[in-house]
Amino acid sequence: MGEKIATRVAYGKALVEFGAQYPDLVVLDADLSGSTQSGMFAKAFPDRFFNLGIAEQNMMGVAAGLAACGKQVFASSFAMFATGRCYEQVRTSIVFPKLNVKVVGSHGGLSVGEDGATHQCCEDIALMRVLPNMTVVCPADAFEMRLAVKALLDHPGPAYLRLARLATEVYTETLPGYRFELGKGTFLRPGKDVTIVATGMMVGMAWDAAQILAQQGIDARVIDIHTIKPLDEEMVVTAARDTGCVVTSEEHSVIGGLGEAVCALLSQTCPVPVVRHGVNDHFGRSGKAQDVLNYFGLTPQGIVEHVHRALALKRG
Amino acid sequence: MSNASLSLTAAKARLLAYQMVYRAQSGHIGGSLSAMDLMTLLYGEVLRVDPKNPYDPDRDRFVLSKGHCTPALYATLALRGFFPMEDLEHFRQLHCYLSGHPEMGFVPGVDMTTGSLGQGISAAVGMALAGKMNGADYRVYALLGDGELDEGQVWEAAMAAAKFHLDHLCAIVDVNGLQIDGKTEDVMPTEPLDEKFAAFGWNVQTCDGHDFDQLRAALQAALTQDGKPTVLLMKTVKGKGVSYMENDPQWHGKAPGEELFLKGEAELRAKIAELEGK
Repeated sequence: MGEKIATRVAYGKALVEFGAQYPDLVVLDADLSGSTQSGMFAKAFPDRFFNLGIAEQNMMGVAAGLAACGKQVFASSFAMFATGRCYEQVRTSIVFPKLNVKVVGSHGGLSVGEDGATHQCCEDIALMRVLPNMTVVCPADAFEMRLAVKALLDHPGPAYLRLARLATEVYTETLPGYRFELGKGTFLRPGKDVTIVATGMMVGMAWDAAQILAQQGIDARVIDIHTIKPLDEEMVVTAARDTGCVVTSEEHSVIGGLGEAVCALLSQTCPVPVVRHGVNDHFGRSGKAQDVLNYFGLTPQGIVEHVHRALALKRG
Repeated sequence: MSNASLSLTAAKARLLAYQMVYRAQSGHIGGSLSAMDLMTLLYGEVLRVDPKNPYDPDRDRFVLSKGHCTPALYATLALRGFFPMEDLEHFRQLHCYLSGHPEMGFVPGVDMTTGSLGQGISAAVGMALAGKMNGADYRVYALLGDGELDEGQVWEAAMAAAKFHLDHLCAIVDVNGLQIDGKTEDVMPTEPLDEKFAAFGWNVQTCDGHDFDQLRAALQAALTQDGKPTVLLMKTVKGKGVSYMENDPQWHGKAPGEELFLKGEAELRAKIAELEGK
């Protein structure tokens, strides 16, 4: 485990790294290029970066027009604005016509911290996931983010990519045999008693929770679902079958996100107890990111408690 | 094309659009009739498009930002040969690709999915921006309604077009003065449009939207290379060509019953006969 790095920083670096290789790549931002880190691309490829000002709705339409004329576009803003403010522009101008635009939402979830509830978007995954044709990606850490950007560059059509503000540890880099494929989960840790299915920053916490559980004699499998849609059904169903209960964990509302995606899948394929860990139908609040996460229970200990609930349900 | 020929094509297109809406018993006829002369001129002699090669990357683009006016668009495209005329008979029907609002990828000649007002002009800005990046020669035209200008996104797009010096972009506003709930000046006042667009950094042309000479001159004047986009504010009559529909907001998005339909159809047919010299 090395230094902590935010997935948004990995996003900016990846755009720069792959910029030359993808000459049709155009990056847009709406006056937040310093925060989303798309500014790195602006500096490296000024002819292929456009700042649309504080006008996200128009930005998404411009992205659609660029894509309709052969460009591949990454349009970045805060998750709240990229998916919330211009939801319908994303839906009708980009996703319905299947245009090659990646909607990029930085500052997803509660770990935005001090900016508070107005900027802590815990609904973006739900909003994007409900759209037909849409791919929804939420990488676990900086290493995985780089690979996600590369994969999305090779994936024509619309997608949503969620970035986090907070610098976090990198878990996936040292996983033996790790490879990134859109729509395929990553197996972090084998286990037979319970499966923890996590996405984004919660993957690292799920890993830490598994270590705590191991000390309690509980053998937890950990799966990183970086692609929430399309969901890796085979991996999730197999894990549910093998372990008999599931905990989902996401820095997002328990409504509409990974948890409900897993519930919907398992209810029709392998109905085992599923306990959802996430934001319990609340708005967030201001505070240091770690304090806010602690306050809402988005911690390894929070996952451990949900695992105990799942195990109790499994015992019946 | 001669003005006489354009007038005849426009008259035929009006009849087609009117029949489409009657047959479907739904659709937006008022704004289709007001825009029909402009549409006929655009597809008759302005747009560099080829019905046999509708996805040519070098073609001029047209975005129907007031996407509900598919009767005008589809009638014009069919007359221009983009798809068979008889397909118009199935407009808005379940198994027909000619849906209520334009859907790119489904209809040859439709360059952007529109229908939610304010979105098309942003896409047109993106198309013009891509052309500029590529050093391409194509021009981009977008048709908006005057009611559509209530949408804030239109003005976001207007700022962006000026910022990026998109002088190969031409927005046309169908100023028929009416929207669904009534007069635009009552629902949401947007005038003075010429001063507003000028203040947003656009060239402004105004003309009578039913006069081909004026329309032609205004579209010619839009071909500037001065780094500024152009807006054409064309004054029109909503429901133009069907006397009972003219200037009546109730015909924004409603189909007539049989009796009224026949009255209007007779008027449109008489106009065609007159232009054909019969």
